[in-house]
Amino acid sequence: MTEPLVRPRRKNPLKRTRLPLRPQGVRSRTAHGLTAAAAEGRFALQICLDCDTVIYPPRDACPSCLSARIPFREVARGGTLIAETAVRTTTDPYFRERTPWRVGTVKLDVGPVVVAHLHGDAVEGGRVRLELKLDKSGSAVAIALPEKDTENMADDPHLREMTCDPKFRRVLITDGRTGVGQAMAKAFSDAGAAIVFVGLADPWKPFAGMAGLRKIERVEIVPLDVTDTESVTELAEQNGARIDIVVNTAEHIRAGGVVDRHGLTIAREEIDVRYLGLLRLAQAFGPILRFRGADGVNSAAAFVNLLSVHALMNWPAYGGYCATEAACLSAAQCMRAELRPGGVKVVTVFFGPLDIDWFQTVPPPKVTPAALADAVVRALQRGLEDVFVGDVAEDIRQRLAVNPKALEREMAN
Amino acid sequence: MTVDLMAFARAVANGDIRVIDLTQTLSQEFPTIVLPPELGQCAPFRMEEVSRYDERGPAWYWNNISLGEHTGTHFDAPIHWISGKDLPNNAVDTIDVAQFIAPAAVIDCSKECAADPDFALTIPFVEQWEARHGKIEPRSWVLLHTDWSKQPYTDYAGLRDDGAHTPGPEPAVVKWFVEQRDVHGFGTETIGTDFGQGQHFNPPYPAHFYMHGKGRFGLQCLTNLDLLPPKGAVIIAAPLKIKQGSGSPLRVLALVAGGNA
Ligand SMILES: [Zn+2]
Repeated sequence: MTEPLVRPRRKNPLKRTRLPLRPQGVRSRTAHGLTAAAAEGRFALQICLDCDTVIYPPRDACPSCLSARIPFREVARGGTLIAETAVRTTTDPYFRERTPWRVGTVKLDVGPVVVAHLHGDAVEGGRVRLELKLDKSGSAVAIALPEKDTENMADDPHLREMTCDPKFRRVLITDGRTGVGQAMAKAFSDAGAAIVFVGLADPWKPFAGMAGLRKIERVEIVPLDVTDTESVTELAEQNGARIDIVVNTAEHIRAGGVVDRHGLTIAREEIDVRYLGLLRLAQAFGPILRFRGADGVNSAAAFVNLLSVHALMNWPAYGGYCATEAACLSAAQCMRAELRPGGVKVVTVFFGPLDIDWFQTVPPPKVTPAALADAVVRALQRGLEDVFVGDVAEDIRQRLAVNPKALEREMAN
Repeated sequence: MTVDLMAFARAVANGDIRVIDLTQTLSQEFPTIVLPPELGQCAPFRMEEVSRYDERGPAWYWNNISLGEHTGTHFDAPIHWISGKDLPNNAVDTIDVAQFIAPAAVIDCSKECAADPDFALTIPFVEQWEARHGKIEPRSWVLLHTDWSKQPYTDYAGLRDDGAHTPGPEPAVVKWFVEQRDVHGFGTETIGTDFGQGQHFNPPYPAHFYMHGKGRFGLQCLTNLDLLPPKGAVIIAAPLKIKQGSGSPLRVLALVAGGNA
């Protein structure tokens, strides 16, 4: 079992903040097949379509038959930890601060031998499951976990370097007025977040969920309007140094396409709430998150973007909304590069139609706010970067991978 | 008749005429009118810094602002309402500028409103006021002194499950103002000139319907009405010259005779 994490003491405000470092993160283009799998939490290695060899590390040709037909496919992750060692001295600045660091070789049941980071409960000679994770540099690495879950296993310090577990971290939910915002506050509270800041704009406008929101443990309502630069800046100035995870729940969903909408008022609003709102949050909270990427047990860890899966392919019935979501996705990709030096993950969570009023006329399957919130918490616990929630999102992901043009035409019907 | 404008200027300078600001500060937090979310919305006041003596503009500070025509303390032109849409010179850019200066009759119903946020102004209430202060002069603004501007924002907006609860006029009294008293316009401290539940009146939103239908004006989100006398104040309310504008945020000033009391 893992030594349970202790809630960190209050930080001595006179202490220097440790600056974030990153492990070496250069990978070949082919090896980014592992990055893509790790980002989505899949365990995928190359498989030779001609001779069935499972290939690791990634290569451009099959080492057995020289075939170039070697796509990444999900494979079984079981194996045996055949040998382990611990790095005690190193010139690498990142690992120097973290020695001793256990590594080992895992013989996978599907064939290859993989050098992997080791969870504290992975035992030499024992069965393990291998996972691909994104390390602080955003690159895929393998970590061997014990075959069966062990007590407090998420608290393992090596594993926690690769995840964004909300436990003992302080979270900002940017808009508590929506069903998603309220479900998110509940999910993060349940996941052991130390403080759940919940933003609220126009407090003079009553809403049904207010009483329920106040009842959630460790929720602190704070004034925040993502359309108001001053409001966003003020919150970051006051509380930015004690916010480790930002989840942007600000939402603006209206039906209507680009041609068949009357005027630009709605478009301006959705861009202001969603795209400019994201930029305001990024500018106010990004620099402090990046600076605090190695600030102890409750270091800054993640910025979560909730995006319609139709950011990836326009759905004309909600076409104007989708276009704004696409802008947000592009901004999120930029943020990812900008926050990487701090080891802060930018998570994109793609969802299909939500089970809320603004999708009232859309038939099921729909994603409930609670399901979306659970998916976000699980993604952070696992250290994912790209998450697809619900059947529609998964369906769009798969169809997009096969034939984007066909999907474009099909969405128009 | 000769008019001594210099004497007027001296009286303003030495305080014989007091200038009272009836305007709320344009700020991001100040409530704007709330409509059902699927309808078009009035933009709240927002401000983006262009530069502040920094690399974006080394020696100067300035902002870009955005807001609706009906954000903050603002003026309603007749074209704002369907009843005034076909009148001549009905937009803020075409109204005769002399109309931007007019006297005011200030009706105090602050006690009644403190007791009841659904206080509705009636003809008998105004007749009692006239019994004390004299008949409302033609082409006067009627300003409703409710002290609503002193409310915290939650009570100011007065939003409940069934909509807004804020004081305002009944249909009959608005019709009477324009037909029997030839008023210049109607001004309030609340977010709109109409009663909070004014959509249930016949006609709905009578202050807008009757005032603008007769080419009269509206002022809302006023403050400091408690500093005005019942009669005798002169209001300066000149909206921005927006091409075919339906209204405009503006600075509303009241001139009141008498030294610093
Ligand atoms: Zn092969």
